[in-house]
Amino acid sequence: MSTTTGSHPSGGAATRPRGGTEAPARPIPLLRLVQVELRKMVDTRSGLWLLAIIAVLSVGAVVLFRLFGPEEGHTFYGFAGMALTPQAFLLPVLGILLVTSEWSQRAGLVTFTLEPRRGLVVVAKSIAAVVVGLLGLALLLAVAAVFAAVAGSGDVWDLGARELGYFTILQVLAIMQGVAFGLLLMNSTAAIVLYFALPVAMNLLITFVEVLRENAGWFDLATGQAPLLTQVALTGEQWAQLATVAALWIVLPLVLGWVRLRRTEIKTA
Amino acid sequence: MIEIQGLTRTYGTTTAVDDVTFTVEPGRVTGFLGPNGAGKSTTMRMLCALTRPTSGQSLVLGRRYEEIPNPGRTVGVLLDAQAQHGGRTGREALTVSALTMGLDRRRVDEMLELVGLTPAEARRRVGGYSLGMRQRLGIANALLGDPQVLVLDEPANGLDPAGIHWMRTLLADFTRAGGTALLSSHLLREVEVIADDLVVIGRGRIVARGTKAELLATGGAVVRSADDVTLLVALQQAGLDAVESPGGGLVVEAEPAVVGRVAVDRGIALTELRPSDGGGLEERFLQLTAADAREGVHR
Repeated sequence: MSTTTGSHPSGGAATRPRGGTEAPARPIPLLRLVQVELRKMVDTRSGLWLLAIIAVLSVGAVVLFRLFGPEEGHTFYGFAGMALTPQAFLLPVLGILLVTSEWSQRAGLVTFTLEPRRGLVVVAKSIAAVVVGLLGLALLLAVAAVFAAVAGSGDVWDLGARELGYFTILQVLAIMQGVAFGLLLMNSTAAIVLYFALPVAMNLLITFVEVLRENAGWFDLATGQAPLLTQVALTGEQWAQLATVAALWIVLPLVLGWVRLRRTEIKTA
Repeated sequence: MIEIQGLTRTYGTTTAVDDVTFTVEPGRVTGFLGPNGAGKSTTMRMLCALTRPTSGQSLVLGRRYEEIPNPGRTVGVLLDAQAQHGGRTGREALTVSALTMGLDRRRVDEMLELVGLTPAEARRRVGGYSLGMRQRLGIANALLGDPQVLVLDEPANGLDPAGIHWMRTLLADFTRAGGTALLSSHLLREVEVIADDLVVIGRGRIVARGTKAELLATGGAVVRSADDVTLLVALQQAGLDAVESPGGGLVVEAEPAVVGRVAVDRGIALTELRPSDGGGLEERFLQLTAADAREGVHR
């Protein structure tokens, strides 16, 4: 306490409470909670670093693909697909930290005293997460467009509404998986480890157990999502598989996590 | 006004808070006093809808906390000064709260000035703050929304004596204008300086409540004798509330004359007998929470 000794200001008008019943009775609008969550993503060094790393890797992947990738792949879709890979890996981590920082950094105590409607805070975090995912998509499309234009021999503009739709679904699923895992485990380390370990475990199962391999599209997230990484229209069965794996790995943990949050005690220790 | 009505919280077989009932009046600072682990923080978390009570309820200005729209504008809460993202600057932490509550950003500067955090300190990351600076930031955060009710858990922890004096001035100013303040402490000295009313809690149960003056007046007698063990049994057999004082001797909830009479009847030689008003609330507090206080000594 170096600077304050001897200079304690006396409580002035600022400490006087408003009298009576004129307390603002309006609840906090959802849009404002979304703004707050977006701000909380960029107002710490760690948050900024994670976003910077995602941006650098997105651009880096495109540059490497331009230098070392096959010439015929140097199209808008090819570049965009390259930039999507690092985002698909790291956006879930962003989603995880968006939720778990309330516990690991103990900021949740302030968050949930200012807004006790816990479900609404989760909705705000989810919207903020999707916004960031879409911004990431916009960035990678912009970078891919520049590279495609520079590479530009022949028909490079091979990314239509269908591919854009697939990319959007992939981005939203990726970041929402992070939010769901973070909410379910409420612990950064556990959620990140589970997020990276799960595909490895699934891969092993699918490789060695034939009956699982044949039906992987119905329960393995990576297999179920794989058709979205092509330029071919999904079949009805593929859509059903996508919906199933999304329900299993994203909706289910999100619902369980939400139930847990409703019941849990917000503590610091 | 805060109304706590029969709040109970159990964890498995442990009852952390056991049927706690008290009222915090507007215009007064109420000190919530008890040893560490007595249930103060759990009670305050239940009050702020962070912990679900097993039974009972609490009302702030007649409403349950979770029913208050934009509660930061009505209730200023500081439950743990350490509970801030260490990577944010002090100013940013307040800005996030101000944004959530929909306040003018100028309010952030006003509060920083009020709690005595300089602009240079406000630009530093909270992770590097001393406990005293975190407390000041937490108090600024609690006052940010211009609330009518303050709920502060151990706010004086980490403040120097000048800081405690500053907080007394701040809270006196707050309550003089009609505000309601509840603050907890495990240190009697802090509460004695700041509070008007007292609620004393031990092992999850309310053991005493009233105005500071009332609790001071009911102090009984302090007695030492050649044989405290025999005297303790004699006093208890006489129907008096007597406990061993951690400082030696016995504290009895009775007039010294009554204690002297018991000693004479049993033929126990006294070495000291006086009214316990000298130590004031301290002896009362130690007496009320003697069992917990003794555990504290061995820790």
